[in-house]
Amino acid sequence: MKEIKFILNGKEVSVEADPLKRLLDVLREDKKMTGVKEGCGEGECGACAVLKDGVLVNSCMIPLGATEGCEIITPEGIRETEKGKLIIDAFGDAGAVQCGFCTPGMMMATEALLTINNKPSEPEIREALSGNLCRCTGYDLIVKGVQIASERGKDLW
Amino acid sequence: MVDSYRPRDLKEALSIRAEHGSTPLAGGTDLMVRYQSWTGTLPLFTNSIMFVGHLKEMNFVKKEDDVLLIGGTATLTSVANHSDTPVVLKEAVLSIAAPALRNNATLTGNICNASPAGDSICALYALDAVIVIEKNGSSRELPITEFITGPGRTVLAADELVTAIKVPLKSSSVNDFTKVGTRRANALSKLSFTGVADYKNGRIDSIALTFGAVGPTVVRSVELEKKLKGLSGADIKSKISSILEDYSTVIVPIDDQRSSAEYRKKVALNLLEKYLKELSNHE
Repeated sequence: MKEIKFILNGKEVSVEADPLKRLLDVLREDKKMTGVKEGCGEGECGACAVLKDGVLVNSCMIPLGATEGCEIITPEGIRETEKGKLIIDAFGDAGAVQCGFCTPGMMMATEALLTINNKPSEPEIREALSGNLCRCTGYDLIVKGVQIASERGKDLW
Repeated sequence: MVDSYRPRDLKEALSIRAEHGSTPLAGGTDLMVRYQSWTGTLPLFTNSIMFVGHLKEMNFVKKEDDVLLIGGTATLTSVANHSDTPVVLKEAVLSIAAPALRNNATLTGNICNASPAGDSICALYALDAVIVIEKNGSSRELPITEFITGPGRTVLAADELVTAIKVPLKSSSVNDFTKVGTRRANALSKLSFTGVADYKNGRIDSIALTFGAVGPTVVRSVELEKKLKGLSGADIKSKISSILEDYSTVIVPIDDQRSSAEYRKKVALNLLEKYLKELSNHE
């Protein structure tokens, strides 16, 4: 056990845990951030996606010890922001959500994409979402959701 | 449960390697999956772990003279984004998994994992990459072909650390990296192919052809490449079937869960044929 400090959704937090514990488990169990989902647990589905120092990563593959001093943002950290609300509304309007399990990860991937490219083409959107699996929608409506977010969010990103 | 260490700098990391032989963990994208256990429980590592991903001294991708230097903790994303990265390496790296994984995984990790299906390795064999290895008080450099000795096996000693990869930047006019997998993202290779070649005065001046996931390590035959040097495009065109015959003797894949030996061999030779046709049109 060790005390590890990092910044979680803008606030410095301290966690007493084994440094090899998965960030995913730390977020869900220790920090009750259940917007982060576990799908496959091996980096294939993207349901556990978070931002680490501004870039999209899979929290199931990151041990806590590798996050010391890093800035971690979970779906809880973006859903109340102007950008987060815009993505949520865009996904809703597009019908991009069915069972909803992949949605937090899809939103994180969308936030990460629009941050580096606020006018993505359709192939760029599909590439950006390529690490996120959805077993309901067939993806087209999620792509549409990202397009709506990009159009409405003109100057936000 | 195993111990873990978080060195302050490279020097301390080398000391930890010397004292404990801990497994270096940079991005964790291979190790965390290989040793994963049940949800909420710790990964079942069998050796102590040393975090290295945060070490800034090894986090660089830069061009120095005619060499691209890739630091031991440089991520796949940073390799793909660098303007001097050779096109086959860029394509190989972008064929790996998906953005979230590439943001975290390192090129050095892909090499040290030494999977026969490691996509970057296929390109790095063709580019004559050199592995920079350090330990307390000394360092050595090895061609990647000597660094990897078998599936999951390298010559890295318990007290050593790979601190950088050197990729010579050579002129190359006909470049191809192709990966064959079950889907475009997040699939391990059934097989992969890399071809790089350059003409001088209408004759092939340099050429490297490598095949991934069709043997215990990436397949490259310097002897067969020698036979191609000095040929013109027209020569290549007239010799395609004999070149394919030559290569069919060195491509000896196996059946496994991802593909069959027969499929791998057929497709590897098809990719070679496609490359040779392109090469013959490019003098």
